[in-house]
Amino acid sequence: MFRSLYIWPDKPLLSFLALLVIAMPFFYIAREPMHTLLRRSSRALARPLRLGARWLGDAAVRLRARNREVLLAHGSRELRLSIERELERVTTLVQRDLEGYPAVQRKLMDEITRIEEDYKRSGEVPPPAPEWVKAIESLAKIRATGDGVVERILADIRDSLDDIYKKVVSEYRASYQERHKILSTCLPFWRSASQTLVQVERNITSLNDSSAKIDSNVTRLESIFARRTEVENALTSSASTQFFISSLVMLIAFGGAYVNFKLISLPMSAMVGGGDYITDSLRASEVAALVIILFETLMGLFLMETMRFTSLFPLGNITEKMRRRLMWVSLTILLVLAGVEVALAVMRDSIIAADVALKQSLGSGAAAHAEAGWVTRIPTFGQMILGFTLPFALAFVAIPLEYFVGSGRIVLGAAATLVIRGTAFSLRVGASLANEGGKLAVNFYDVLIFVPLAIEKWVSRARDASTRADDLPRAPGFPKTVTSGEEVV
Amino acid sequence: MRGMRSVLTLAAFGLLSGCGPTINHSQAVYVLVDTSGTYTKEVGKAQAVVNYLLGNLDPGDSLAVATIKSRSFSEKDIVAKVSLTKDPLQANNQKRAFSDKMTEFAHSTLDARGTAYTDITGGLVQAAEFLNETGAGSKTIIIFSDMQEELDYKTVRNFPIKLDGIRIIALNVSKLGTDNVDPRRYMGRLEWWEKRTRAAGATDWRVVNDMEHLERVFSRRS
Repeated sequence: MFRSLYIWPDKPLLSFLALLVIAMPFFYIAREPMHTLLRRSSRALARPLRLGARWLGDAAVRLRARNREVLLAHGSRELRLSIERELERVTTLVQRDLEGYPAVQRKLMDEITRIEEDYKRSGEVPPPAPEWVKAIESLAKIRATGDGVVERILADIRDSLDDIYKKVVSEYRASYQERHKILSTCLPFWRSASQTLVQVERNITSLNDSSAKIDSNVTRLESIFARRTEVENALTSSASTQFFISSLVMLIAFGGAYVNFKLISLPMSAMVGGGDYITDSLRASEVAALVIILFETLMGLFLMETMRFTSLFPLGNITEKMRRRLMWVSLTILLVLAGVEVALAVMRDSIIAADVALKQSLGSGAAAHAEAGWVTRIPTFGQMILGFTLPFALAFVAIPLEYFVGSGRIVLGAAATLVIRGTAFSLRVGASLANEGGKLAVNFYDVLIFVPLAIEKWVSRARDASTRADDLPRAPGFPKTVTSGEEVV
Repeated sequence: MRGMRSVLTLAAFGLLSGCGPTINHSQAVYVLVDTSGTYTKEVGKAQAVVNYLLGNLDPGDSLAVATIKSRSFSEKDIVAKVSLTKDPLQANNQKRAFSDKMTEFAHSTLDARGTAYTDITGGLVQAAEFLNETGAGSKTIIIFSDMQEELDYKTVRNFPIKLDGIRIIALNVSKLGTDNVDPRRYMGRLEWWEKRTRAAGATDWRVVNDMEHLERVFSRRS
């Protein structure tokens, strides 16, 4: 393009220098307007950029504040739900165990009374020896005098005493046996009382745990209400973790849905027509299969919602009876769809078997005989089981979906804030570059016309010098001394 | 309430616009089998091609097999024809019945004498008529012949024919004795037929002599 401007086409550098020399006076004359143009251009570029950066910065601040609100609201909702769940647990525990506490107490009291009575009974001492024993003992102290009558009486008394002694000992032993028996019957009551006390202790411990969890959650809730930064950071981190985990689970669920789709798209062609296309590459049977899968997912969502596993829809304003009805309707439809999938799995197998048989017969000219043993039926059963279970597995997608939606809003909000801040920073850098670029362009322009500028400087210096010389006061004259031969004027 | 109605209307509109007009993906194939002269011996190969087609056609597609004789512009020359139902299992049964008919036809030609003349143009006109009636999205005529047309003096075929939107595939175009003497005759014959079919509005003209790789010729998107 510039080649036509060259004075000597074979010497481009020389031509360029010559052109520069020719253009230099014109550039010099246009210096002031050109400087203004360059400065204003750079300013015109930098100002909107700076304005945009400021606007984006403000937007980022607003978005961050909004994200914070959402994050805290999400966190407090989660904590409230958690507290509600714990309270429900406590209520159940109290209703189940502590409601029967009076009965337990009565049982315990009965057992303790029984044990007490038995203990008392076991402590009973056999009655003391009768009073006449003392009389006999006094008689026994009588000294033997050799009197035959007395000696005989004493011998009789001794024999009687021996008999009595033996009787007393046997009674004493029987009494001990009785007490041991009583104590052994006490044992089951001790055990029962011990077990009851252990159970009560367990319940109390569980209650303690629940109350500790509630306490911790309430503390966290208070921190949220107090809008503490560390809580915000913890909630953001928790939301990011939830987002990635739920994304992973959703990805797995998508895999399951894809397998389900492949399982039913072929047999659906028998229902909606095999050769019909909705778009250039999408068959009607594939769309029908997709619709079935989406219906299953939808019913799963409703089922989870009505079972209070999720809270994606505002079902708070419907009655408990209606909720229960919705749950049963969703479950019934899900069951019907699972049954349809089982039928489709069987049909798929039949279609594939018929197709294989036809191709074999077309290839060989004879009809193929497929084995119909139970072993060959295993894949069919497998497909049937898969067809029945996958819709229910898909139903559980509702739980990660809720987390995905909840945490996705926070994560995307944080990402959007980052992007906006990054853009604002880039715009600010762009504005600075435009400003500096304008200054650089002015300097470069001056470099191009350095010769006239140098001349201008030289001329102005010379002028300044002469002006300075004119402005200087004249030096005062000194009277000349008259020498011989000179005339003083 | 009004807002709800607007949302529903919008949703319905979106659904309808998303669906759009149904694209016709069904295909119809008309196989012309030359039974004139010595080419009768090639019917076995034609049967293999038809079996291949039966194995690859989808529910909703159509297939017809007709013979090329001295005068071929007649429904009587159609050996078998079928429009497959949308149900894959029923379509399988239809294919099986078609294959049986084709086997019968192949057996019947074993001892039959070839016809004296070869009316390819008549067969093409008959095929175009059938294919246009099916209303299929993709229409194909497969000519199983040596492409040497020979007409008796009464038969008039030198008029412009219409093969709009139909692709023509000449399969197993065998060389005649005279072609061996002067190959330019063979080339010229094929060139003449290409010119004629393209002038008649055919979308494509292909000559395939390699019977081992039929999938390259009959793939859905070819």
